[in-house]
Amino acid sequence: MFIKYLLGIWMGAVCLAAFVWAPADATLGEISRIIFFHIPTAWVSVLGFLACMVYGVRYLRSRDEKDDAAAAVWAEIGLLFIVVATVSGAIFAKATWGAYWSWDPRQTSIFVLFLIYMAYIALRSAIDDPERRASLSSVYSIIAFVTVPLLVFVIPRLPGIQGLHPNEAIISNKLNMDLKMLAVFIASLVGFTGVSLWMFGLKMRFVALRLSDKAEAKEV
Amino acid sequence: MKSSSLAAKAFAIFAKDLRSEVRTRYGVGSVALFAVTSLVVASFAVSPYALESDAQSAFLWVVLFFSSMSGLSRSFVKEEETRTSLALKLSAPPLAVFYGKMAFNLTLMIAVELIVVPMFLLFMDVSLKSYGLFIVAIVLGTAYMSAATTIVAAIISKANSKGTLFAVLSFPVTMPGLIMAVRMTNSALAGLGMSSSVSEISGIIAFTVMITVLSSMLFEFVWND
Repeated sequence: MFIKYLLGIWMGAVCLAAFVWAPADATLGEISRIIFFHIPTAWVSVLGFLACMVYGVRYLRSRDEKDDAAAAVWAEIGLLFIVVATVSGAIFAKATWGAYWSWDPRQTSIFVLFLIYMAYIALRSAIDDPERRASLSSVYSIIAFVTVPLLVFVIPRLPGIQGLHPNEAIISNKLNMDLKMLAVFIASLVGFTGVSLWMFGLKMRFVALRLSDKAEAKEV
Repeated sequence: MKSSSLAAKAFAIFAKDLRSEVRTRYGVGSVALFAVTSLVVASFAVSPYALESDAQSAFLWVVLFFSSMSGLSRSFVKEEETRTSLALKLSAPPLAVFYGKMAFNLTLMIAVELIVVPMFLLFMDVSLKSYGLFIVAIVLGTAYMSAATTIVAAIISKANSKGTLFAVLSFPVTMPGLIMAVRMTNSALAGLGMSSSVSEISGIIAFTVMITVLSSMLFEFVWND
């Protein structure tokens, strides 16, 4: 309970600081404030998918219904955050590159990640038997996850593909990024990770209730 | 198990699928007709003009991807529909089934391409300059597609809505290979030599090996479910 309020205050402070306290970047201007929201949400969406894959592996080892439910919960959370990351990225792209969507390698990879989440959820809804659903969707999440690093690291490095995404610029500038900006950025990263973990905990309590209900129903 | 007996069993499954395909010609018929139809429609639409090479290469792979989506899931769906999967489970180890089905899918795709690719060159008025790279692109792209979709076919054969789900699940998995194959084909149509696509060739081979190894590790969980 205490954690929940702490998280609320923390995120409120981050939002406030992102717009008021941290200075805007000298070259990009006010639009640079997107890094306080866009990167953390993109980070959480990749983290969610990694967690989904890890719980998939755990399910295949343990055959515990809870692991499968956790994988599904992470997929839902990841889907929510990836929508936020994609939309905020597209708005940034319109403001800086002039078009909402231009198939930049980063946009391609986030789009494929989005498709993977959707396919995973579609697969889950197409199988009735819970055990079969669990093992098949676990296998799919593992197979699909392997393509993500390929899309993120290999395709953008092919000759002739030029990226517009400013990650290289930001990473190389990170050392002389304003200290206030860096502080807010890291606080936001921590905050968003905390929010996703809190959402996960909430959903898992719900899952535990449902599973115990089902167990009781079986006994009766 | 000895590797020689595994290869022999995989080959037996491949031969069984091939025999039943030769008798019914269901897979080749549906895949090839799908490909030819879409090819003719597009070529009719652009008929007095020739498309740019990047549009042509993208179009060739769109046709190959969706026509393979109409037929590659067949190998596993058939076993479920005719209820022969249980017998197959008893008579062969999972790995043999996986490699046998993968080899069959590859053969099916190559058979279809023998019809479709010459038609593509003819209808779309393609002036092909580097044959070597074009053939390499087709072969490697097909190998990647059949490697990546075999386990997806096994997954969807146990789900309810088999037809549409196959394309939905396959697309994210085949996307990296398709990107590379389209780029290679484009270079071939533009007349660039093999040396222009070294990173694509090595990349797609690495992807294919990786996805094959991973699928063969995971196939048992799908098959014995």
